[in-house]
Amino acid sequence: MNFSEVFKLSGLLCKFSPDGKYLASCVQYRLVVRDVNTLQIVQLYTCLDQIQHIEWSADSLFILCAMYKRGLVQVWSLEQPEWHCKIDEGSAGLVASCWSPDGRHILNTTEFHLRITVWSLCTKSVSYIKYPKACLQGTTFTRDGRYMALAERRDCKDYVSIFVCSDWQLLRHFDTDTQDLTGIEWAPNGCVLAVWDTCLEYKILLYSLDGRLLSAYSAYEWSLGIKSVAWSPSSQFLAVGSYDGKVRILNHVTWKMITEFEHPAAINNPKIVMYKEAEKSPQLGLGCLSFPPPRAGAGPLPTPESKYEIASVPVSLQTLKPVTDRANPKIGVGMLAFSPDSYFLATRNDNIPNAVWVWDIQKLRLFAVLEQLSPVRAFQWDPQQPRLAICTGGSRVYLWSPAGCLSVQVPGEGDFAVLSLCWHLSGDSMALLSKDHFCLCFLETVAAVGTACRQLGGHT
Amino acid sequence: MGDWMTVTDPGLSSENKTISQHTSETKMSPSSLYSQQVLCSSIPLSKNVHSFFSAFCTEDNIEQSISYLDQELTTFGFPSLYEESKGKETKRELNIIAVLNCMNELLVLQRKNLLAQENVETQNLKLGSDMDHLQSCYSKLKEQLETSRREMIGLQERDRQLQCKNRNLHQLLKNEKDEVQKLQNIIASRATQYNHDMKRKEREYNKLKERLHQLVMNKKDKKIAMDILNYVGRADGKRGSWRTGKTEARNEDEMYKILLNDYEYRQKQILMENAELKKVLQQMKKEMISLLSPQKKKPRERVDDSTGTVISDVEEDAGELSRESIWDLSCETVREQLTNSIRKQWRILKSHVEKLDNQVSKVHLEGFNDEDVISRQDHEQETEKLELEIQQCKEMIKTQQQLLQQQLATACDDDTTSLLRDCYLLEEKERLKEEWSLFKEQKKNFERERRSFTEAAIRLGLERKAFEEERASWLKQQFLNMTTFDHQNSENVKLFSAFSGSSDQDNLTVHSRQPQKKPHSMSNGSPVCMSKLTKSLPASPSTSDFCQTRSCISEHSSVNVLNITPEDIKPNQVGGECTNQKWSVASRPGSQEGCYSGCSLTYTNSHVEKDDLP
Repeated sequence: MNFSEVFKLSGLLCKFSPDGKYLASCVQYRLVVRDVNTLQIVQLYTCLDQIQHIEWSADSLFILCAMYKRGLVQVWSLEQPEWHCKIDEGSAGLVASCWSPDGRHILNTTEFHLRITVWSLCTKSVSYIKYPKACLQGTTFTRDGRYMALAERRDCKDYVSIFVCSDWQLLRHFDTDTQDLTGIEWAPNGCVLAVWDTCLEYKILLYSLDGRLLSAYSAYEWSLGIKSVAWSPSSQFLAVGSYDGKVRILNHVTWKMITEFEHPAAINNPKIVMYKEAEKSPQLGLGCLSFPPPRAGAGPLPTPESKYEIASVPVSLQTLKPVTDRANPKIGVGMLAFSPDSYFLATRNDNIPNAVWVWDIQKLRLFAVLEQLSPVRAFQWDPQQPRLAICTGGSRVYLWSPAGCLSVQVPGEGDFAVLSLCWHLSGDSMALLSKDHFCLCFLETVAAVGTACRQLGGHT
Repeated sequence: MGDWMTVTDPGLSSENKTISQHTSETKMSPSSLYSQQVLCSSIPLSKNVHSFFSAFCTEDNIEQSISYLDQELTTFGFPSLYEESKGKETKRELNIIAVLNCMNELLVLQRKNLLAQENVETQNLKLGSDMDHLQSCYSKLKEQLETSRREMIGLQERDRQLQCKNRNLHQLLKNEKDEVQKLQNIIASRATQYNHDMKRKEREYNKLKERLHQLVMNKKDKKIAMDILNYVGRADGKRGSWRTGKTEARNEDEMYKILLNDYEYRQKQILMENAELKKVLQQMKKEMISLLSPQKKKPRERVDDSTGTVISDVEEDAGELSRESIWDLSCETVREQLTNSIRKQWRILKSHVEKLDNQVSKVHLEGFNDEDVISRQDHEQETEKLELEIQQCKEMIKTQQQLLQQQLATACDDDTTSLLRDCYLLEEKERLKEEWSLFKEQKKNFERERRSFTEAAIRLGLERKAFEEERASWLKQQFLNMTTFDHQNSENVKLFSAFSGSSDQDNLTVHSRQPQKKPHSMSNGSPVCMSKLTKSLPASPSTSDFCQTRSCISEHSSVNVLNITPEDIKPNQVGGECTNQKWSVASRPGSQEGCYSGCSLTYTNSHVEKDDLP
């Protein structure tokens, strides 16, 4: 495993282009585009203010940079550096901006979700979509980019509108049987839309592309409901994580629950591989030991070694006592991700924040549990193979694959606190993002990983 | 005191009984105790009797005392002490004998009394101890009763407390339930309230939004604008199209196309899955049939009728299978049949497995119940069987060795020697052995036949000679008579014909005697087969025919032998069958399938023969 040098970054804004050739990152008001292979700067654009959001167009030709404070969006072309485009939302303000899948339209959501403005880069035309709902996930595009589903709120009722992206024509408009719709998500095959209700009520509805209600599912009542939803890449399964600390898997034929994955704090099944991150401070000479021990700030302490140990079950995981009288309590399954081949599902139960659970979808059972030393910040699957990258806000990145687990120290001076990460399309590298910096981590081929692991085990 | 004694004396025995009865009846009563004490007190009194009596009678009052005693005694039924007086005035004489008798009787009575007293005393003691025991028992029981009563009270108290607690808990539960209900109601009301409030707020919010919208959007905000260098082409290279009804229809079309595609894809997948599952089912069914049918067919004879019907079902299903493969595509028709048959077979399999389980458990139970007997029997049987087998094997080896030696010693034709060299298999050896024995028999037969033939030929020669002589003589006679008598000629002709006829008959008898003789000469005595052999042999003595008939011969011979000595064979049969089975297994990988049955039969046959031999 190799690491690139560390580059500056602000606002965790670093993204690979969809074609995998470029890497865009922001430093204050500057947008830097690098070649992924050489890491040479290809283009450098200067925006009018600090960039708050960037997004590549689907064809990797344009990048939009949103400055929400100013209500501005600036678009840059990679092919024509001199080409520029600036969209000003004026006094209406701006809270969100995104590309349409064709890469020629930009959807801007104004403040208070008054409307969505669709700006075209091809024509002067501007379209407005009224009544967008202010919710967690109000717009979703199908994978093929043909359709957009939009959650709407009119007269205290939830609606979903389906637009044809090519000409922004309204295809379907229907009301949903929800109290307060919170999210919508297309199935990867683009034929089924999952709609889920507010966390106060466990309710998930499935609509066909033509607006028919296919099924409705509710696991329980009178308690906090759905927290996270994820489709499997094969569109076969819909995983629903809820505040009761369970993931329910619905199937695509009957839309009924197949199984329930619980996240108990105690693991008793001996079949489950339990990886526990263990920290070992490097061996110090006897003379170095002093009492009281020197404070952390006193000098550059050697970073302690970290490695995974296979804990023998039964194991009890560290749990967080949630404060239930506050909004957004830290309970329930808040993170869900299917592996690209749909064989595995990674989850995190928010009141056991240090653990990542990996479930075997073929056998519908728990496969492995990773317990980190600090709360898991983010995890993402390798787009090419079942390999999970995890970061915990520390200076290490963790990799899990069915073969085993790996903990890698990010080299460099000072602490590189990995707050987020994103995989390159090929799965050969990933970008590790900290508050002010980012670096690329290059992974060897599968065969070489083992040796790398051994090497790392030797000297980290 | 003396009075009391005398009063009790005569009815003592009876009284004693009553007392004993009395005591036995009311052992615990204090009155009886008292009476016993009284009885006891009489013992020292009796010792003082003499002194008392000495004082009673003095020289002065002998008469009075005697009369007094007499009176007393008569009142108690004793005979009078005085002699019977003849006259009234005459003074009655004291009868000494009567006095002595009375004394004696009194003494006897006294002794009896004492004995009875002793008995009563011991009984008294016994009863006293009994009494004590019973009293202690009584007190103990009383205590126990007391404690149990106390316990009962304690338990009752506890029960009461528990009931009380239970009632409280029930009350609490009810309260809790009420609470829950109330809370749920509160939640529900709060939810409705919240929703209501939310709606109100949202309406307000919407109003505000609308207002804001009007304010912001309708002001013709100059700032809202897109500043673009030049417009870029569409990603697909096409120009934007106008929105018309047509595009709408096209969009609809496309949407439905996508949906249709998806459904088709899913249908295809489901079909594939279905087909695969069907295949699996079919395979399972086939395997089940193949698994079930041979198992069932074997014990069919002894198993009850139900399995018999089952087997027929299985066979039916086996027949259906071929038909079903034709209907592979139309799933509705197949489905039911397939599932039904699978279900049926599954049931069969299940019942079979259950039966096996039962058997196993039974065997286990039996094994646990009478382990020793069965094990010993089994042991004995097994050892017997094994010994028999060993013997058979030994014999077989011996015969094989013999045969080998014989074959090596005698100059055989090339084919057999080469075969002998090649065949290391038991089968071949056995076959050769069989062939060899047959061959020997045949050879014997041939020789016998030849002998008979030569005999017949000699006889014929002799006869011919006689005939020639006769003829010569006849010719001579004719020649002589030709000139003498004509009528004599006719006689001679008749004679000749008669003679020739007799000679024919002779020949016939010779022929018919041959087959009758041969079986007698046979050593191992299988009349049917040998007769067959002899019938076939003269007609076609070639080896090929011999080979053809061989198997049938072996069958016949084996049957015959079996019929001849059934007692001897019985134990052998088991071994024979065993080896037979082994044999078949060994011979299968070999070449001659057709030979198999024959060979195995010959094998057993040879065994039996060997067993018959000393």
